[in-house]
Amino acid sequence: MKNKGKVIGAGLLIGIAAVILVYQGNPANMGFCIACFIRDTAGAVGIHRADTVQYIRPEIIGLILGAFILAFLRKEFQPKGGSSPMTRFVLGFFVMIGALMFLGCPLRMVLRIGGGDWNAILGLVGFVIGIVIGVVFLKQGYSLRRTYTLPMIEGLALPITQVILLVLVMAAPAFIFFSESGPGSMRAPIFLTLIVGLVVGMAAQYTRLCMAGGIRDVLLFKDWTLLAGFIAIFVGALVLNMIFGFFHPGFAEQPVAHTDGLWNMIGMVSVGFGSVLLGGCPMRQLILAGEGNTDSAITVVGLFVGGAFAHNFGLASSPKGPTANGQIAVIIGIIVMAVIAVMNTKKSAT
Amino acid sequence: MEAIDARGLSCPQPVILLKQALDKKPAECRILVDNRTALENTTRYAENAGYHTSYTQEKSDFLLVASK
Repeated sequence: MKNKGKVIGAGLLIGIAAVILVYQGNPANMGFCIACFIRDTAGAVGIHRADTVQYIRPEIIGLILGAFILAFLRKEFQPKGGSSPMTRFVLGFFVMIGALMFLGCPLRMVLRIGGGDWNAILGLVGFVIGIVIGVVFLKQGYSLRRTYTLPMIEGLALPITQVILLVLVMAAPAFIFFSESGPGSMRAPIFLTLIVGLVVGMAAQYTRLCMAGGIRDVLLFKDWTLLAGFIAIFVGALVLNMIFGFFHPGFAEQPVAHTDGLWNMIGMVSVGFGSVLLGGCPMRQLILAGEGNTDSAITVVGLFVGGAFAHNFGLASSPKGPTANGQIAVIIGIIVMAVIAVMNTKKSAT
Repeated sequence: MEAIDARGLSCPQPVILLKQALDKKPAECRILVDNRTALENTTRYAENAGYHTSYTQEKSDFLLVASK
């Protein structure tokens, strides 16, 4: 019970912090979006050239470094890896493709529902379906390989990269792209987003909050602890959205969203399925990477490359709706995930 | 007595292995994990399943003992 209280506290904090970031300039219902923000960062360094979604998001830097700092202080920073890294890269890649079909990671899905965007409820339905599929494989013995302890430098690589990105976003040299219109141009002040990212990263490290883990643990173990955090994020965002007058219930004309219910759902099926196979949602991957888990760091790189591909090849949805290329890519993603799940399932997991 | 080595396994594998072991209703079960997240998750599962828990730490590994 004590644990559940902490998780609920962290969830409320994240929900409230997200709406404050929107109030301070982030795109609507996008105080946090791990998928969108990693994609924005990929655009800022020019790996894709969609000029409306380019900005090094300090929230991502803060999440990773917040988790890193707290893990270090709690003596939980442990460089390790070697658990099927390439498989994790591929899963990260396709989780991003699915998230950009829906236009949000599981965290933004909850924030969207908290802002009255009912399209995200269909996303949630898909997310749950994806998790159920993943849980079926877990019950059959799905497991990626064991991790091993690695040298310190291996675990430090991603946190150090984040420090470099922080320097770049603050120095704003000419070779870094900053969107002048669109979601990438909507940003709360750097200092605020960094601080909020650090605090949320610490809260998530402390409580192990995970969007996919919440639903998975209920299905697998009847354990409601993590799901309580998931619900608390929704409540925190909903209440503050109402206070600020940001709550606009409905399907039509929701910010950075489209109304194609079927593809909102299918996109999130792949995110849920992929997240269970990875052992955690995109936010959780950032936190684990901050704790020195290089498998999660590779997953983050997969998300990053997926974000770049999504915009280079027209796979990402826009408020007008999904693209044909995107639909094909999401279906391929689900097939690839199924193959990965089958290939890593055996009766007695080693 | 059941004994499980769940070192190096990522979430939620250690809990799944513990669940499989505890489903056989042993008087005692020992599980070795190598990170605090896994320790907390397995502890929570064992306690919800009606077991008493205690653990010892050796370097970065934790040995959790769940007993009736």
